[in-house]
Amino acid sequence: MSAPQTLYEKIWNAHVVEQRDDGTCLIFIDRHLVHEVTSPQAFEGLRVAGRRVRRPDLTLAVPDHNLPTTARLDGNGNNIPIADPESAQQLEALERNAPEFGITYIDATDVKQGIVHVVGPEQGFSLPGTTIVCGDSHTACHGGLGALAFGIGTSEVEHVLATQTLQLSQSKSMEVRVEGELAPGVSAKDVVLHITGVLGASGGTGHVIEYTGSVIRALSIEGRLTISNMAIEHGARAGLVAPDDVTYAYLKGRPMAPKGDDWDAAVAYWRSLATDAGATYDKVVTINAADIAPSVTWGTSPEDVLPITGVVPDPSTFADPSKQAAAKKSLEYMGLIPGTPMTDISVENIFIGSCTNSRIEDLRAAAAVLKGRKKADNVKWAIVVPGSGLVKQMAEAEGLDRIFLDAGLEWREPGCSACLGMNPDKVPAGERCASTSNRNFVGRQGPGARTHLVSPAMAAAAAVTGKLTDVRALMD
Amino acid sequence: MQPISTVKGKAYPLGLKNVDTDIIIPAAWLKTISRSGLGKGAFQTLRSVPGNVFDDPAYAGAPILIAGDNFGCGSSREHAAWAMADLGISAVIAPSFSDIFSGNAFKNGLLAIVLPQEAIDRLMEVAKTDEIHIDLETQTVTTPFQDRFPFEIDPFRKHCLINGVDEIGLTLKSSDAISAYENKLSASQPWLSPNQA
Repeated sequence: MSAPQTLYEKIWNAHVVEQRDDGTCLIFIDRHLVHEVTSPQAFEGLRVAGRRVRRPDLTLAVPDHNLPTTARLDGNGNNIPIADPESAQQLEALERNAPEFGITYIDATDVKQGIVHVVGPEQGFSLPGTTIVCGDSHTACHGGLGALAFGIGTSEVEHVLATQTLQLSQSKSMEVRVEGELAPGVSAKDVVLHITGVLGASGGTGHVIEYTGSVIRALSIEGRLTISNMAIEHGARAGLVAPDDVTYAYLKGRPMAPKGDDWDAAVAYWRSLATDAGATYDKVVTINAADIAPSVTWGTSPEDVLPITGVVPDPSTFADPSKQAAAKKSLEYMGLIPGTPMTDISVENIFIGSCTNSRIEDLRAAAAVLKGRKKADNVKWAIVVPGSGLVKQMAEAEGLDRIFLDAGLEWREPGCSACLGMNPDKVPAGERCASTSNRNFVGRQGPGARTHLVSPAMAAAAAVTGKLTDVRALMD
Repeated sequence: MQPISTVKGKAYPLGLKNVDTDIIIPAAWLKTISRSGLGKGAFQTLRSVPGNVFDDPAYAGAPILIAGDNFGCGSSREHAAWAMADLGISAVIAPSFSDIFSGNAFKNGLLAIVLPQEAIDRLMEVAKTDEIHIDLETQTVTTPFQDRFPFEIDPFRKHCLINGVDEIGLTLKSSDAISAYENKLSASQPWLSPNQA
């Protein structure tokens, strides 16, 4: 009888191809998602070295970061060219590299196209118990299905393309247990913002976090993906949620999910992955659901989190001198004065989207707040960007697009959009954005842009009032 | 990868904590399909402020950067490591690094050295006037004032850095072991090969 193991240890051990004397392991990678930004230099490296892609069948390419979210086809069904020549060049490179190396490529006009981290789960490409990598730090997202998923750099993308493996050292393990019941108006996004506030931006560094507890169990897959997505924002290598019946119900029948007898065998295997009783983590953090309010960031690090009922903090009250200096700089950049109630802060821009919050449940939550309401006059730009063409289709079938449009918001094509300021969707310098994305870094949404991270319902509430708003005030 | 065993020279005393990847290289610079030329965009936001350390002639061409906790947090963009290398930086010393950044740095022969905050505070002082010496073989950072700070590094990474190992070439030597693993996997979990389903 082997010693009790955590979910992370079980997945890790099942993927060791070889172990070196120094402990470094050659780890097999089951799934590789590729997008246009972090792959061109990797494909070029393969070409220069005369190497091929070892397992194109385990690799899936889809463009998302650079794509404009405006219409992609004109009235005659022809592609609308991309205005930015550098973006166009990068997208063309992926379009060329994928077939050259035998990789399945989802075209920008395909209904299956979307943000890599929305497409993977949606297609059933991402599965429990697998190792998943992508040249994008939010790859941790797929951990919501119980996959060991993490972001890698371009050299590692090339390494995986050439060998289907990575040379890795095992991380430490951490359990973040969230117990209790979420109050009305509190969503998965608020949970993960709160966790990031508690752990700090580097609290999870060197660790793989398993999120456990009654709150996590009660979440839908969309909610679990939102939480695991932001594992990187508290520094973790990856996030994990043990697969359960909610996971299997979500995956069953998806295009690339196992079928027939394979399905039954897969579920039996997935059930064996849960952390054993008696297994221990290197660190355990417990969070009480009752302490979690609708949350919002005030600064330029995702750890700068407050309940919406809070006030802008005074940097001089921080104990750590380096944090004092950082907070002072953050407040200058954000144009905020200590003591200001968060709900007094006006916003001119609203972004509902990103790999954190662009799934159907997120759009439903935003639409529930916006239904029958209008955006405030001071909100100049408000966009809703579905995470994939299939999410868009589903939302339209439910009439959510009408709710957004009637409220004065724009309804866009899928992509990363205003999360990262590398496509045309940007927040103007000096302006604020209530954003459902994952990072409030300096310049993240465009040079000089001021980001407040919130949940979809909170972004919708801010659209209605033109200020950061406690969504509970707008709930029936 | 070029072999690297020592770095000696001036150091930018940045000291800032949570230096994220958008600070190191903003997204607008990620549209390139090449690895070179990113030094122009490196630390663009910080460099837009007059009096910043990167444009201070006292540190011109410094091969070392000293920073605060959680350096390189955020995105997986290897462009951050490429941009720093293009700027002429060969080593960063900080109390902690994001996991992805330290991996990317390693792949590009950029040393990411972890030292405790007290050592960082001392090196920030020394950097204002004197050079700093990093020796990978003995795993020490030293100053002309007899300061000697030992650091830890993963033995595999140390070996690769000192010998300039082509990691893909190294892994390809394990092709047979990978094939054996694949065969075992397709028998035990046939659903993992989607095209065969």
